[in-house]
Amino acid sequence: MSTARRPEWLRPAMMAAPLVLLFVVLLVYPVGQLLLMSVYSNGAFTLAKYRQLFASSVYVNVMLITLKISLWTTLLSVVAGYPVAYLIASLEKDRKARWAFWVLLSFWTSFLVRAFAWIVMLGRNGVVNQLVTALGLQDTPTNLLYSMGAVVVGMVHALMPLAVLTMLSVMENIDRNLPRAALTLGARPGTAFWRVYFPLSMPGVAAGALMVFVTAMGFFIVPQLLGGRKEIMITQLIIEQVQQMMNWGFAGSISVLMLVAVLAVFAVYDKVLGLSTMTGASARDRQRVASDGGLHRLGDAVLGALGTASDRVIALFPRRRSFHDAGTSLPMRSVALLVLFFLSVPALLMIPLSFGKSGLNWPPSGFTLQHYQNLIASPLWMSAVVRSLGIGLGAAVLAMAIGTPAAFLLVRGQMRGKSLMLAFVLSPIIIPRIIIAVGMFYFFAKVGLVGTPLGLAIGHTVIAVPYVVMTMMAVLRNYDTRLDLAAQSLGATPWQTLRHVTFPILGAGLMSSFLFAFATSFDELTIALFASGGLTSTLPKQFWDEVTLQISPVIAAVSTCLFAFVTVLIAAAEWLRRRGTPH
Amino acid sequence: MPSSSLQISGLTKRYGDFVALAPTDLEVARGEFLTLLGPSGSGKTTLLSLIAGLATPDGGRLLIDGRDVTYGAPYERDIGMVFQNYALFPHMTVAENIAFPLKMRKVDAARARQQAMQALELVRLPHVAQRFPKELSGGQQQRIALARCLVYKPAIVLMDEPLGALDKKLRDQMQLEIKRIHRELGTTIVYVTHDQEEAMTMSDRICLMNQGRIEQLGTPSDLYFRPRTLFAADFLGESNLLEGTVQRIDGSEAEITLARDGSRAHAAVHAPLAAGSKVRVMVRPQNIAVRAEPAGVNALSGKVLDSMITGSLTKLYVSSPAAGAEPLVLCYPTSSGRAPYAIGDDITLHWNCADAVIVPEIA
Repeated sequence: MSTARRPEWLRPAMMAAPLVLLFVVLLVYPVGQLLLMSVYSNGAFTLAKYRQLFASSVYVNVMLITLKISLWTTLLSVVAGYPVAYLIASLEKDRKARWAFWVLLSFWTSFLVRAFAWIVMLGRNGVVNQLVTALGLQDTPTNLLYSMGAVVVGMVHALMPLAVLTMLSVMENIDRNLPRAALTLGARPGTAFWRVYFPLSMPGVAAGALMVFVTAMGFFIVPQLLGGRKEIMITQLIIEQVQQMMNWGFAGSISVLMLVAVLAVFAVYDKVLGLSTMTGASARDRQRVASDGGLHRLGDAVLGALGTASDRVIALFPRRRSFHDAGTSLPMRSVALLVLFFLSVPALLMIPLSFGKSGLNWPPSGFTLQHYQNLIASPLWMSAVVRSLGIGLGAAVLAMAIGTPAAFLLVRGQMRGKSLMLAFVLSPIIIPRIIIAVGMFYFFAKVGLVGTPLGLAIGHTVIAVPYVVMTMMAVLRNYDTRLDLAAQSLGATPWQTLRHVTFPILGAGLMSSFLFAFATSFDELTIALFASGGLTSTLPKQFWDEVTLQISPVIAAVSTCLFAFVTVLIAAAEWLRRRGTPH
Repeated sequence: MPSSSLQISGLTKRYGDFVALAPTDLEVARGEFLTLLGPSGSGKTTLLSLIAGLATPDGGRLLIDGRDVTYGAPYERDIGMVFQNYALFPHMTVAENIAFPLKMRKVDAARARQQAMQALELVRLPHVAQRFPKELSGGQQQRIALARCLVYKPAIVLMDEPLGALDKKLRDQMQLEIKRIHRELGTTIVYVTHDQEEAMTMSDRICLMNQGRIEQLGTPSDLYFRPRTLFAADFLGESNLLEGTVQRIDGSEAEITLARDGSRAHAAVHAPLAAGSKVRVMVRPQNIAVRAEPAGVNALSGKVLDSMITGSLTKLYVSSPAAGAEPLVLCYPTSSGRAPYAIGDDITLHWNCADAVIVPEIA
């Protein structure tokens, strides 16, 4: 041990250094390059790419379509997700875990699996057509796929779990006594909900809407698989420019446009509600500005009217005798159940189809393991599985090693610019994935990392680190630092404290954050889309190549395997969580 | 108008097999301050929730101001409730919080504002009207919660451990404040607490609860000086409980043989009692005196185990063959001089017959 006193800034700097280095090399530099390429051509500044972008109505149209699909997706996800989040938030611990499981399952099931499920469901011989025909609503099956409706349904299905989970985190912090207090003060249930609960849940609604909207803006899986020529979104355009035209500059200019749009949305959100609400800090810490403005009065009148209207509707139903679980009424429960049904069923339907002899037609008939045998026999699929597992583990280990010290620093450290640091850490989530992916592809191409597992692993690390930092920060905030002081007062060195006290207690949190990182990499498609291919494909990339080529029952078998894998992961995470918290 | 604000008969609540409240009768007079006192799980909060309409009873009847509201919704009951954590609406200002119940009752805005200000003056916080609840201290939030209940003059105000989150000094201050408001307005208050001192300080009557039923109902001095059960004797204040058997009863006095050492004791009889029954003789610490002369009736010999100054009182712990393993405790006003008794001193304890109370061993 050295007796020389190390400078005070050294420790925090060392804790942050790996993360900063990683992000500078793999995020700031490549993305910066890409953005610069949009204004530089042969070393000279030019706006030609942007002129090209706005010259043709094609690109402007794509942007408008992207905006339209994203807005619809956001609206539907939030409105339909609200009752689910509300119901789960109001349940007791054990029942809450059971209902939340279905949301989590849907959340963690690959976008690819879920989009594929909709192809099968909406197909000419799919469940939906069969059902509508059986009900006598149509004579012959109609074409449901490759339409605006199909895209919006697929997008809502993909992103609603995100909306539900975001809203849930806010709703769980609403004191349950508040609506009950409103009842004792003379408010009827409907009024109590609209005047008390609903305004308090608004920050959650806003955060959920923001997350869904921003993610939707960068989506390409669903519109590519379920949409037609008229439902092309902006990300597909970037992919096309890079993969088919190799036009980096033009891809860069589209990226800039997208980035500007996304950042504008964040800026507006920050102005109105504050970004701090995104990381779990309470929205109640903020002041309402003008409390007697016209807007306030209008809001008051609207909430009052909604309350009265709901109370009239509630009065039509037979009187319930119990009020202490006010709000979880039968209609509410049925709506929530219906939404959960919509979220869960498509992936579940893949299971019988993967064992059926009738291809992907509904209903399945016969039983065969043929598709699974084909899967195992395929070197493409098998090598993809092995590669994805390896890359996932590597990325998770790296992300933990880099993210954990940063989380410690952000929670425990006393320094200025913490919020700036946090924004930097979260930037891979805020910047649309496609921009990061294209930038990385460009960088990998230069240094020869394209198609290598190392390139993919460090690429995925960039994406996984923010999730590790966020979960670790939540875990650390709940950790009683006096335990560390106690250990040190008993004679433990900082390292011994970490090894014998801190880490054993944080074990469960570390493990679930590891799982989070692994799952993020395991399901990553965007980076893999450019940086891998053929025999160097990851599992999502292989899935994507297959599903864009042809729809086969083997994919149903893959979907079933992935679904089972996710179920096991969630069960493991849940088990860890229970073990981590006493009671 | 009926003279009681609250009439309860046979009210019951079960959760599965667990009886949260056994069939219970209770009547609260208009303007009375009644406290539901008991350890956690005794059913006091269940009873309060049933009165508020936040839980549904499994049987019995509940009348508020003579109106049957057994199964009525909370908003139809004409009650006000102060929650443990105050339950102030965080998105409304103090003034909006207090005006909320008036708005629900369709009082026009101008009058509601005026009444809200009056309520704020009553709790002496007129200057915080435009602030948000989280900008207030715990004690201030508590007063706002109270004002929100008082503003619409409900038939009963229910308070669920309202001072639990405050520190000792503030709690004492708020106790006086609530008493003052109760006196000024003559509101009927049903108050829940597990703090026996708080219950004694504030209540007209205390309803002591244990294991889902009423253990004893009476004035604070009833419960303190004439406990009917061992639980009541033990729960309210410190007490010495000596095991014994009733020898004979002579009018309002009984003679008891103490079980441990066979010595005699006399005690006041407050309830029907038969000779030969097993009882405990309860003597409060402040009613025991120390005497130099040797033993007689109502006197025990003992040895000083410990002596401590707790503030205004000095406590003496004494081991005695009559008490068994548990030490006896007595107290006397602290004075500045040298402590009169040292550890190890042999002393004789004595009490007046009227200060000793017979408590049946089994209720």
